[in-house]
Amino acid sequence: VKFGVVRFPGSCDDVDALLAAQRVGDAAVLWHADRDLQGVDAVIIPGGFSYGDYLRAGAIARFAPVMEEVADFARSGGLVLGICNGFQVLCEAHLLPGALLPNVSLRFICRQVELKVTRTDTAFTRACQRQRRLSIPVKHTTGRYYASEHQLDQLEAAGQVLLKYAPGQNPNGSVRDIAGVGNEQGNVFGLMPHPEHAVDPLTGSTDGLAIFESIRAHVGDPALV
Amino acid sequence: MRARVLVRPKQGILDPQGQAVERALPALGFQGVRNVHVGRLIELDVDDARQLPEMCERLLSNPLIEDWEIVEAEIVEAGR
Repeated sequence: VKFGVVRFPGSCDDVDALLAAQRVGDAAVLWHADRDLQGVDAVIIPGGFSYGDYLRAGAIARFAPVMEEVADFARSGGLVLGICNGFQVLCEAHLLPGALLPNVSLRFICRQVELKVTRTDTAFTRACQRQRRLSIPVKHTTGRYYASEHQLDQLEAAGQVLLKYAPGQNPNGSVRDIAGVGNEQGNVFGLMPHPEHAVDPLTGSTDGLAIFESIRAHVGDPALV
Repeated sequence: MRARVLVRPKQGILDPQGQAVERALPALGFQGVRNVHVGRLIELDVDDARQLPEMCERLLSNPLIEDWEIVEAEIVEAGR
């Protein structure tokens, strides 16, 4: 499996995403100004502050040349994973439903959280079958997931909410404790927690690897059980 | 021509920034303050003000979470 990690000016978790992806496959950097996805099997939009996050988080990165290619790639069924700022970018690009608002506390939050995997029959969570609770860090100021009540009902009914903060662990005031959502087709997924920061026992948890393992397994065999 | 665009959180969406200001004012002795919301003011010179609504929809605001309003331009329009 070959991952492509997009690098915007202001990305800061691109190197960790590369290193995490390289634990399960190959990985290359995709430069924001290029239109070449280098034949990758999956695209990762990493965390950081793309284009400084001026105006709104993710609002300007959405118009980067590489994002046009990523949007085409997603529309043709390619796997796209957005982490933190990458999640914000995918929401602004309308590749994912909803939006991310400033944390209720208005503070930057950096800590380990417990997550509940709601489904394990998806391209991004299929390696979580034996472990449906993940311990993964969050670090953000703008992580409060929002969608209208009507849209939330639809998302939950369609099984698009793949990841929730465990009870009492919601760090930012996200509606319905939502930590990660997928698109309707199931090939685009965004989450605020950072699985790429939880791949080495040195930093306390390797639970994040399950997300990368899932993508690898899915590229190898797209049939979901 | 000079235009001003106001962008504010949509009604009904929790606005912790507005709440923080609302709590701070009574602490300074200002009573009777309600419904405080904090948004953005964007000032811009534009050749063609008719393009402003699309600018608001596509970049200046995120219509899912924010309302916009064009003030002090030849056209006055709002997206809610």
